[in-house]
Amino acid sequence: MALASSQPWVEKYRPKSVSEVAYQEEVVRTLKNTLETGNLPHLLFYGPPGTGKTSTALAIARQLFGPELIKSRVLELNASDDRGINVVRTKIKDFAAIAVGAGVPGYPCPPFKLLILDEADSMTEDAQNALRRTMETYTKVTRFCFICNYISRIIEPLASRCAKFRFKPLVSDIMVKRISYICDQEGLTLQPEAMDTLCRIADGDMRRAITSLQSASRRYGHCLMKKDILNVSGVVPDEVVADLLTTCKSGVFDRAQAAVTNVAAEGYPVSQILAQMQDRAVVAQDMTDEQKARICLRIAEADKCLIDGADEFLQLLDVASCTMRALCNMPQECTYG
Amino acid sequence: MLWVDKYRPHTLDKMVIHMEEAQNLKNLVSTGDCPHLLFYGPSGSGKKTLIMALLRELYGPSAERVKVENKPWKIEAGSRKIEVELTMVSSNFHVEMNPSDAGFQDRYVVQEVIKEMAKSRPLDIVSGNRKYKVLVLNEVDKLSKEAQHSLRRTMEKYSASCRLILCCNSASKVIEAVRSRCLSVRISAPSNEDVMSVLRHVAKKENLVLPSSLAGRIAHHSNRNLRRALLSFEACKVQQYPFTENQTVQTTDWELYIAEIAGEILSEQSPKRLFQIRQKLYELLVNCIPPEVVLKRLMLELMKKLDSELKHEVCHWAAYYEHRMQQGQKAIFHLEAFVAKFMSIYKKFLIAMFG
Repeated sequence: MALASSQPWVEKYRPKSVSEVAYQEEVVRTLKNTLETGNLPHLLFYGPPGTGKTSTALAIARQLFGPELIKSRVLELNASDDRGINVVRTKIKDFAAIAVGAGVPGYPCPPFKLLILDEADSMTEDAQNALRRTMETYTKVTRFCFICNYISRIIEPLASRCAKFRFKPLVSDIMVKRISYICDQEGLTLQPEAMDTLCRIADGDMRRAITSLQSASRRYGHCLMKKDILNVSGVVPDEVVADLLTTCKSGVFDRAQAAVTNVAAEGYPVSQILAQMQDRAVVAQDMTDEQKARICLRIAEADKCLIDGADEFLQLLDVASCTMRALCNMPQECTYG
Repeated sequence: MLWVDKYRPHTLDKMVIHMEEAQNLKNLVSTGDCPHLLFYGPSGSGKKTLIMALLRELYGPSAERVKVENKPWKIEAGSRKIEVELTMVSSNFHVEMNPSDAGFQDRYVVQEVIKEMAKSRPLDIVSGNRKYKVLVLNEVDKLSKEAQHSLRRTMEKYSASCRLILCCNSASKVIEAVRSRCLSVRISAPSNEDVMSVLRHVAKKENLVLPSSLAGRIAHHSNRNLRRALLSFEACKVQQYPFTENQTVQTTDWELYIAEIAGEILSEQSPKRLFQIRQKLYELLVNCIPPEVVLKRLMLELMKKLDSELKHEVCHWAAYYEHRMQQGQKAIFHLEAFVAKFMSIYKKFLIAMFG
């Protein structure tokens, strides 16, 4: 029982067949065709997180081979598995080289194996290069399916060997439909306002929406409101960001410093604050284009610094100071530095 | 026993601050199930206290019987063997460790420990039908990106027999993929009133008379860090009791030392002074004050005496050198570079002002 209830809903409500995959009509049409003819090119799925790439790959594997044969015909590797050049040379090559046996009745069972490389953009360039020849040599018995977020991280020779499919971020109607379905199944009531918030936060990422929904229901029970969703999603309340920007407008450095100290003490993740600050700055009516550009430039730099492991407080303080200088039309360059 | 430990609440019901979070956590585990959790918030805000209370809620009082051991790990990673020794705190039901101690090999350690834990399940009778163990990982924000990436699959694979509780200061340094697999709990630092109420609570238990102005000052000095507030409260008690209204609250000596350095920088800007300050910075570093703390504190001390125009510049350069410090090898270079930069800015400012 504990096992069943602890299963993440993301897994529970993963589409079981290709036709269940929502909103990616183009991909679905092509793959359905494949299912009928049993002919599959090498695949490359790319697109933002939570749009159904892995689900589609798993679904097609299941529908092609059925639950029994899937064990021997499909190999799935993702970033947690060791995937250096050695693995490409041994494990992947070995799997690719095996000849295929007879199929089972009831499924198309085309005469090849499927190798799914999830999160392929985190593979090193060397490892990708080592794959080139392997792909061509064993093309008769093995098809590759690469899944990645950024197609630019896949080296050109690999990308040109595959049929590319872009997965679009989900529009909110489709998400609302799916979320309402899950709510019905799990016996949850979601207020209309909460539904809007959930869609806005997820921003086209279905997995994020479902995870937030599950966390909220675990924490707050069966009737969910807007603030419950906001609480679990890790989004910083709008007031906090708005306050920060207003303080920056005042032009008094000490007030900005106090505000930043306060934000740090509240423990909000600074990367999230930066993202939300940028959202606000871009659409703000009362800023000139130059001001917006200056603010966004600094936010981008700070984000990079945070990734490098720089201190959150100092970065946010610098962003605040920069924003203040931009909004009060003070010179950007250091006078004395 | 220090008051910090003596008056640490042991159950979720006895929490004095963060009562709402405590109640939510209680509801969460009352169904007998517990997802992976990620606690984040500034230090001294009560993350650890909540985690320990949560474990007690899950497994009963015996979760508090812990032993500390230095366990050597032998891990085979591909063709080479890695040997590391890690300090772990464990009870029958949980293991607590600091994976970032393993340095750049943290990735293998994390996977190995989780696999080892997943192999042996706790007995039903003693654990009250909990079919999983808990692994508490501290300072996950210090884990390398590779280790965090390897965590994501491991978390899913072994979730039936092992639950993770992650604890860190800044959630931005935990990768999105790990964050999205956990229920994240933000623990904010207690407000000054909260700190004061805890101080009053402790004073009452200890039968002390605590003037409210002193409590206010201790709270103010602690920068919303409850652990620090309690420690300095105890220090005040040792220093002088009965308390007087205007008793000084001791600041830590490294802070005084940095304030002193800041004073010296402001009084003279010359290569000679820079050389003297280098000695002092070394002194701080060999006493294990983290360089980023030194830089931050130094900036705050310098800011106190500056025009707002200069503050913008100083905070910019502080952020700039702190970033480079994280990327570089030796912290002292960047600390010194910051001091030199500041001296140059300040000197130019003085010349522009007074000629």
